Amino acid sequence: MLPLIGKRLMFAIPSLIGVVIVTFLLTRALPGDPAAYFAGPAATKEAVEQIRKKLGFDKPLVEQFFRYANDLAHGDFGTSLTTGQPVATEIRNRLPASAELTLLGLIVSIAIAIPLGVLAATRPGSWIDHLCRVTTTAGVSLPVFFTGLVLAYVFYFQLGWSPAPLGRLDVFYSAPPTVTGFHLIDTLLARDLEAFRSALSQLILPAATLAIFSLAPIARMTRASMLAVLASEFVRTARASGLSPATVIVTYAFRNAMLPVITTLSMVFSFLLGANVLVEKVFAWPGIGSYAVEALIASDFAPVQGFVLTMAVMYVLLNLVIDILYGVIDPRVRLEG
Amino acid sequence: MTAQPLLDVRDLTVEFTTRRGIVKAVQHVDISVAKGETLAIVGESGSGKSVTSYAVMRILDRAGRIAEGSVMFSGIDVKAATEDQMRDLRGREVSMIFQNPRAALNPIRKVGDQIEDVLRTHVQQAQVADHGEKALLALEQVKIARPRERYHAYPFELSGGMCQRVVIALALACNPQLLIADEPTTGLDVTTQKAVMDLIVELTKRRAMSTILITHDLGLAAAYCDHVVVMEKGRVVETAKAADIFANPQHPYTRKLMRATPRIGVSLRDLLPEEEGSAATSFASPRTRGEANALGSALARQSAAGEGDSPSTPLVEAAPHPDPLRASEARLDPAKSGERESSVASGGSEKPLLLVEKLVKEYPRQGATAVLGKLFGRRPPVEPDVFRAVDGISFSIGHGESVGLVGESGCGKSTTSMMVMRLLDQTSGRIQFDGEEIGSIMPSAFARLPLRSRIQMVFQDPTDSLNPRFTAARAIVDPILQLGNVRGRDALRARCEELAAMVGLPLNLLDRFPHQLSGGQKARVGIARAIALHPKLVILDEPTAALDVSVQAVVLNLLEDLKQRLGMSYLFVSHDLNVVRLLCDRVIVMRTGRTVEEGSSEKVLSDPQDDYTKQLLTAIPHPPLPVH
Repeated sequence: MLPLIGKRLMFAIPSLIGVVIVTFLLTRALPGDPAAYFAGPAATKEAVEQIRKKLGFDKPLVEQFFRYANDLAHGDFGTSLTTGQPVATEIRNRLPASAELTLLGLIVSIAIAIPLGVLAATRPGSWIDHLCRVTTTAGVSLPVFFTGLVLAYVFYFQLGWSPAPLGRLDVFYSAPPTVTGFHLIDTLLARDLEAFRSALSQLILPAATLAIFSLAPIARMTRASMLAVLASEFVRTARASGLSPATVIVTYAFRNAMLPVITTLSMVFSFLLGANVLVEKVFAWPGIGSYAVEALIASDFAPVQGFVLTMAVMYVLLNLVIDILYGVIDPRVRLEG
Repeated sequence: MTAQPLLDVRDLTVEFTTRRGIVKAVQHVDISVAKGETLAIVGESGSGKSVTSYAVMRILDRAGRIAEGSVMFSGIDVKAATEDQMRDLRGREVSMIFQNPRAALNPIRKVGDQIEDVLRTHVQQAQVADHGEKALLALEQVKIARPRERYHAYPFELSGGMCQRVVIALALACNPQLLIADEPTTGLDVTTQKAVMDLIVELTKRRAMSTILITHDLGLAAAYCDHVVVMEKGRVVETAKAADIFANPQHPYTRKLMRATPRIGVSLRDLLPEEEGSAATSFASPRTRGEANALGSALARQSAAGEGDSPSTPLVEAAPHPDPLRASEARLDPAKSGERESSVASGGSEKPLLLVEKLVKEYPRQGATAVLGKLFGRRPPVEPDVFRAVDGISFSIGHGESVGLVGESGCGKSTTSMMVMRLLDQTSGRIQFDGEEIGSIMPSAFARLPLRSRIQMVFQDPTDSLNPRFTAARAIVDPILQLGNVRGRDALRARCEELAAMVGLPLNLLDRFPHQLSGGQKARVGIARAIALHPKLVILDEPTAALDVSVQAVVLNLLEDLKQRLGMSYLFVSHDLNVVRLLCDRVIVMRTGRTVEEGSSEKVLSDPQDDYTKQLLTAIPHPPLPVH
């Protein structure tokens, strides 16, 4: 297993180098002059020029790139011009917020979508099959910001069941000491049940919003993949051998049907991680997506570069995990390792 | 056998609900199997033989149901039993072996675990501890070498024959009373087939089990069964003792099947049904002679000149018979084709059409990832060994000659044909075609050369080798569009219709898509496509392996007629010695990449010199010769 992981990580190096180059060039190609932006509307030409020099924009592009690469190698992602904070620190603080939200959303989504898909496949044409179809269609057709707003309106404004959609914790609680960065885990580690309840109640609505959206692809893929496997010859053999329906569906059909579902899961996860900006905005979530969008609007290139790079690394790691999972499920994949 | 039979199927009708209404796949079938008896259900695809067996086990898919009749299994009414009762029966009392053993096993579960699953379902709780041992025993009984190791193998790590042994072990693990074997050896090599069938018979005999063998192969049914049931289109047409049915077949369909089965002592024409066979052989009769002459010479001229755009529409319309195959055969003029052949022969009698010398194809044993690992210099090559798929083959094919390349799977026959076709590059050796050295041409470059049009190929699976989005007509003209010189919509269509008439494909089918055609019709499309560019050499890669015997008989005859008429040479790749004998002048027997025997078909098959050839021949189950 270890050589496989090592090899996979090695194959990721060229793509990471590519990502570094492309993000660097892209951020330089962005419209707007950061120097003029930060000098302010009243600044003189000399002042803008001075800032430009300070930021190193007067140097040739190649030199700028090597300086950037050198900084990266030392773990320096640069400094955000809007907040004045080092980008690395900000990402370290904000990534767990996004990851916690995305993971919880995905877990909820899996917990609903996979049983739904399996049941729909084993009883085609039944009410549960129709339920599956309606849920998935609704899930994809409703935009996340809309579901998010509706949920906040109903559960916060109308029913008052959930707290105000303002960040990760109620203002009365202080954040737990950071261990994992996930509030749910950190509060438990600090044995602060009150804070845990608060963190959870803040998480429920945005996580539900993400879950509703990601339900559709997972449920659909599970259903389709289960239908294909249930029609296969080895399932017929299992039936002809008199195995119980539970064994046939779980041991024979489901494990085989899992392979395409896992691929879908990885795509959904990476998509959610980067693209839940809208949910973060609606719930004032201090996540990495909203950070990147704000920086982009402000022509603040360092956080954008840092964000893209972080996402690329996450993506590589995610793919590695998926590959390992594949190997665990399917012995034929293991052979190629 | 005075007691009630083990299995008694009475008046069984099975219906399938489809979009186009209810289809009766099986109608009023009566079958009875006594204890310890071996029964064969014989029929071609679509005869309902598999559906009957699924109905017995009640594993029909959702759309199917037993509409009428009764199925009694040792006193239990299968139709009325609850699902729980049925589940208890399946695997323990009745079990089943399927075609395509690799697909019949769960690909991601160890074979030992799969056998254990069955044992755990049916054997008492008290004995749970020794399930592993029992599964091992089951593997031992099917004579799998090193069963303890194989226990932990996944299906993809085993060969086809080995997988079938595992499936048998699975089926017999709980000592059932009835074994249903659904085409258990289709797709396996003859020697493997013999080993598997012998194993089934031995194990079932020892346990006094009853067996139903479902097969399309009359020889197999005759060799291994007591009774034979012949089915056609969902109905039983004949039931008799195995010995009687071959000595004295009653139903015309049985007779047709028996005629169509390739066997020793018959010619290609003998395979066709009585009326058609005589029509085909008597095409020189006074009645048809006149029109045959006119049409045949017109056609021969056309093909010889290599023009596709000469007027061919009247020719098609003039086809005298509604049956296109007979029409095409009637147009065959023996005198003309003989003339053509002799002229071809005198032109190139010294040099053979295809000359293959010391052809070698090696594959590295390592996988692609190991090569990448080497690229990074991380570890030394573990096994520098190479695998020789083809190991120094030499042979030649003369003009108008057909040569059979015979051997079991993995012997290198397909690799050889692919190198001749320039789909693969050889490691070393020479390939000379029509006086030109083609062995040095890169496979990628070969596809564009004009030379390419003179070698064509007909593939094994008529369905998979056709583009599902192309109509029959589009598929046939495809090579002409790539390499031919026929241009223009009308000219192409005319050429296409001419080719269709040649291969006996009804013209009204030309605009259909592959899924709307039968297996035999698809095979004809594949053949028409191959002869569209007037090739000199056609490589036939098991062209009839996926077809029913009666269709195979017609297609083989068609190939023979086309060869004579167009003066082509064939390289016929097959594992079926009986089929090869019918179509080929010479046979090359291959084993592990080498030639073991070569000679005229009659000689090799009637008097084999090599032990391996003998082994292949004795493995073929022969039906007793029909008495006429």
